[in-house]
Amino acid sequence: MESNMSILIENTDVSLKYAAHYNSVKEVLFRNSAEEMNAHRKKALQDFITQGIPTRKNENYKYTNLQPRFSSEFRYIHEREPAEVDLHAVFRCDVPLLDTHLAFLFNGWFYEDNSKIGELPSGVILDSLENVAHNNPGLIRKYASLAQTEDDPLVALNTAFAKDGYFLYVPENTTVELPVQLINFLQAKESAYVTQRNFIYLEEGAHVKVISCDHTLNLNHYLNNSVTEIFAGPNANLEYYTLQNQHNYTTSLNSVFIHQEKDSKVTTLNSSLHGGLIRNNLKFNMDGENAEAFLYGMAFIDRKQHVDNFTQVIHGKPHCMSNQVYKNVLDDESTGAFTGRIHVVRDAQKTNAFQRNNNILLTDKATMQSKPQLIIDADDVKCSHGATVGQIDEEALFYLRARGIDEAKARLMMMNAFAYEVIQQISIEPLRKRINELVDKRLRGEVARCHDCAYNCEC
Amino acid sequence: MTDQDKILSEVTQGDYKYGFFSDIETEIIDRGLNEAVIRTISEKKDEPDFMLEFRLDAFRRWQKMKMPDWAYLKIPPIDFQGISYYAAPKKKPELRSLDEVDPELLETFNKLGIPLEEQKHLAGVAVDAVLDSVSVKTTFKEVLAEQGIVFCSFSDAVREHPDLVRKYLGQAVPVADNFFAALNSAVFSDGSFCYIPRGVRCPMELSTYFRINSANTGQFERTLIVADDDSYVSYLEGCTAPMRDENQLHAAVVEIIALNRAEVKYSTVQNWYPGDKNGRGGIYNFVTKRGICRGESSKISWTQVETGSAITWKYPSCILIGNHSVGEFNSVAVTNNHQQADTGSKMIHIGKNTKSTIVSKGISAGKSNNSYRGLVKVMPGAENSRNFSQCDSLLLNDTCGAHTFPYIEVGNKSSIVEHEATTSKIGEDQIFYCNQRGIDTEKAISMIVNGYAKEVLNKLPMEFAVEAQKLLQISLEGSVG
Repeated sequence: MESNMSILIENTDVSLKYAAHYNSVKEVLFRNSAEEMNAHRKKALQDFITQGIPTRKNENYKYTNLQPRFSSEFRYIHEREPAEVDLHAVFRCDVPLLDTHLAFLFNGWFYEDNSKIGELPSGVILDSLENVAHNNPGLIRKYASLAQTEDDPLVALNTAFAKDGYFLYVPENTTVELPVQLINFLQAKESAYVTQRNFIYLEEGAHVKVISCDHTLNLNHYLNNSVTEIFAGPNANLEYYTLQNQHNYTTSLNSVFIHQEKDSKVTTLNSSLHGGLIRNNLKFNMDGENAEAFLYGMAFIDRKQHVDNFTQVIHGKPHCMSNQVYKNVLDDESTGAFTGRIHVVRDAQKTNAFQRNNNILLTDKATMQSKPQLIIDADDVKCSHGATVGQIDEEALFYLRARGIDEAKARLMMMNAFAYEVIQQISIEPLRKRINELVDKRLRGEVARCHDCAYNCEC
Repeated sequence: MTDQDKILSEVTQGDYKYGFFSDIETEIIDRGLNEAVIRTISEKKDEPDFMLEFRLDAFRRWQKMKMPDWAYLKIPPIDFQGISYYAAPKKKPELRSLDEVDPELLETFNKLGIPLEEQKHLAGVAVDAVLDSVSVKTTFKEVLAEQGIVFCSFSDAVREHPDLVRKYLGQAVPVADNFFAALNSAVFSDGSFCYIPRGVRCPMELSTYFRINSANTGQFERTLIVADDDSYVSYLEGCTAPMRDENQLHAAVVEIIALNRAEVKYSTVQNWYPGDKNGRGGIYNFVTKRGICRGESSKISWTQVETGSAITWKYPSCILIGNHSVGEFNSVAVTNNHQQADTGSKMIHIGKNTKSTIVSKGISAGKSNNSYRGLVKVMPGAENSRNFSQCDSLLLNDTCGAHTFPYIEVGNKSSIVEHEATTSKIGEDQIFYCNQRGIDTEKAISMIVNGYAKEVLNKLPMEFAVEAQKLLQISLEGSVG
C-alpha cells in the first residue's frame, strides 16, 4: 500500500514538474508562434494535467514505464537555436544511390539551411511548420484535430509545447517522384527535452513517399516527444518509412495519427534498429470507403533496450482493408511490447482487417509482451489476429542442416528470412537493399553500436 | 424481412424455460452488508472461529476495494446494501430419505430436469443441489465415502472436515484476490466441497446444481475441490434462476487444487436467467474460478458453455506450478439480446515444461457484446513451456459485437506461445449449400453453429454435452440475418 502511495505522489510530482515548467516558459512558447498553434496550448496543458505522465496503471502504457525517463533533468528547447555544426558537412546518408528531396531537422526544428531539398513539383510545399503557420495558416486549419489531447498525455504535452517540425503538402493529383527524406538530428550540449510536431497533407490523388530517419549526434541523454498528423485525401497514396537509429540514452516517443479518405492507400513501415526506449503510437482512422492501410514494423534490440509498438486501426467506413505485420527480435535483456487494436465500428461492413505479431527471443532474460485486440461491431467482416513468441522453427533448421548448412549459418538465414517479410515491403529499392544489409549486420552482431556513427561509445 | 430474419426474431423471442419460481418457505435475513451480517451468517451456520475470521478479514479488505471497471462491459451501479446475503430453505430436521424432502423442493429440481432420486439410480451422477446458496441435497454420499471421497456441502465440510477446509481454503483464490472474490469470501453461504484421496479415481461424475430462487437475494456459493496425488475427478456444474425484472447478483468462487499427477475436469453449463429481450432483469454473474496445478504432471481442465446471465465476468484460470503440469480451457460463450459477456482464461506458467491450451468460441446475436479476455504468462523459470490459444468469434447479425483482448507475456527463450483469433459471420455459402440439399435455413444454422462449437462440446461429459447442444439450439436456431 505504502509503495503504491509513493508512486502516486512521485507521478504527481513529475507531472507537476512539467506543468510548472509550462507556466515558467509560457511567454517563450507563445512568442513568435502562430495563432493556429497557440490556440491549443492551454487546453492541451489542462488535458496533460488531468492525465499526468502515464504510469503502468494506464492500460495503454502497461508495458512501458516512462516515469524514470521523465524524471531526469533536461534542458528544454523551446526556441530555434542555431546548429553548432554544419549539418550538411556532418551528414552522410549511408544509403548509397538514394536520390531524395533531403531536409534536416535539428532538435525538432526545421533546419534553416535546407539547401538539398531540390526542386519539388509545383505546388508541393516542404517547409517548417512554424513558417507555414505564419504565412499560410489556411493549410493547417486541421492542426491538432487528429491528435486528440484528451486521449494521450504525451500528445497533450506535445501540443502544449509544440512550435516547429516539418510540414509537407502535396496538391491535387500531384506525384512527387523522388522520396522526401527527413533527417531528425539530436544534438545538444547537455541532456535535452525535444518536442517535434509534423504535419503531412495529401490532397486528392496526391502521391508521395516519405522517409524519416532519427539520428543522435552525441551521447547526451535525449527525450524526444514527437507528434505527426497525416491527412490522406481521396485516392491519395502515401508511403511513410521511419528508421529509428539512436543511442541507448535516448527516449523516443512518437505518435503518428493518420486520417484516410475514400480510396486512399497508406503504407507505414517502421524499423527500430537501435534506441534506448522507443514507444511508437500509430493510429489510423479510416474514414472513407475502399481505403487501404498497411502497417509494417520490425525491431532488433539488445542490451536493456525497450521497444513498444502501439497501433490502433479504426475501420469507420465499409469496404476498407487493413493489414499489420510486426516482427521483433530481442536479444540480451531487452524488452519488447506490442499492442494492436483493430476496431470495426457498427455498419463498417465488408471490412477485411488482419494483424500479425511474431517475436523471437534470443535469451532467457529478454521478455516480450503482446496484446493484440479485436473490437468488432459489424458482422460481415473478416478479421483475424495472430501473435507468437518463440524461437526459430527447429524443423526448418533441421531441414537446412540436413543440407549441409552449419547451424550458425542456418540460424542466420532463418532470422534474415524472418525479417525479410517486412523488409520486402519497402518499395524504394536502394533503401530496401540498405536496410536488408543493416539488418543482416545487426543479426550477425557486427553493428553493436548505432549506425555508422563516428563515436566509439559503448552503446 | 427475409426468412432468416423472421426465424431470427422468432427465436430471439423464445422464452427462458427455467423461469419458474418455486414457493418454498425461505429464511431470508435483512438486506444490507456489515460486520454484524457476517457474524449472523457465520452463527447461523454454526461455524468454527477460523471461518468467522476468514470472513471478517475478507470483508475488511473488500471495504477498501473498488469494483473493477476494466472489462468491456457496461455494468449499471450495483447497490451492495440492497441485497440480502442469506436466503435458505427453512431448516428441516436432518433428512434420512428423500421422502422427507419438501415436495416443493423436489418439484423444483424435477422441473430443472434433475430428478434427484431418479438420477441416483439411473444416471450414476452424484448431485449436490444448491438452492439460494444452501446445499439442499447431496446424493450418493455413502457410495463415495466407501472410497474415501468426501463430497458434501461446504457447511458440512466445515463441520466434519475442518482440517481439510482450513488447509486448502483460499489457496487458489486468496481472500482479497479481487472485488467479487473478497465479497464472496465474506458472505458465502454454502457450496460444495470435494476431496479425492490419494490414488482414487472417482467412479462417477460429481455434479452441483445451483439455483437462485428468492427475490432480492444474491447467490454466493463457494466450491473447493482438492485432488490428492494420482487421483482423478470430473466435476459438473449447472445453474438456473427464475425470471425477474430486477437484476440479481451471483458472485461465486471455485477453487481447485491438484496435487502430484492428479487430474481435475471441471465442466460448467451456465444458464442463469439472461434477462428479457429488452435487457430487463437477468443475473449479474461475477465469478472467480481458479485452479492450481500444485503437483508435478497434474492437470486441470475447464470446459464451459455460457449461455445465460445478463452480464458474465468470468476467467477460469490455471496456475501451473508443478513441472510438466497441464492447463486447459475450452469455452463456448453465446450472447443474445442485450447480454454482455467478458470471459476468457488465464494461464500462468511457473513450472518447467508446462503446457496450456485455450480454445474459445464466441457466438454473438441480438444486441449483445461478447468479449474474450485472456492472459498467458510465462515466467522466466518456466523453461520449455508451451501455449496455444485460439479464439474464434461468430457474429450473427449487424447489431452485436465480438471482441478479443488477449495478453501475452513471455519471459524466456525456450517457450513457445501462439495465439490466433478470427472473427467472421456464418458463411452464406455454407447455408446455401445446406439449403440446396433440402435443409432449411434454421436447421442449417443450427448445424453450422453446432459444428463450430463441436470442438468444445466434445470435451463435455456425455450428459452435459446433450444439454449443452440443446441450449445452443434454443439460444441460436436461425439467428442469422
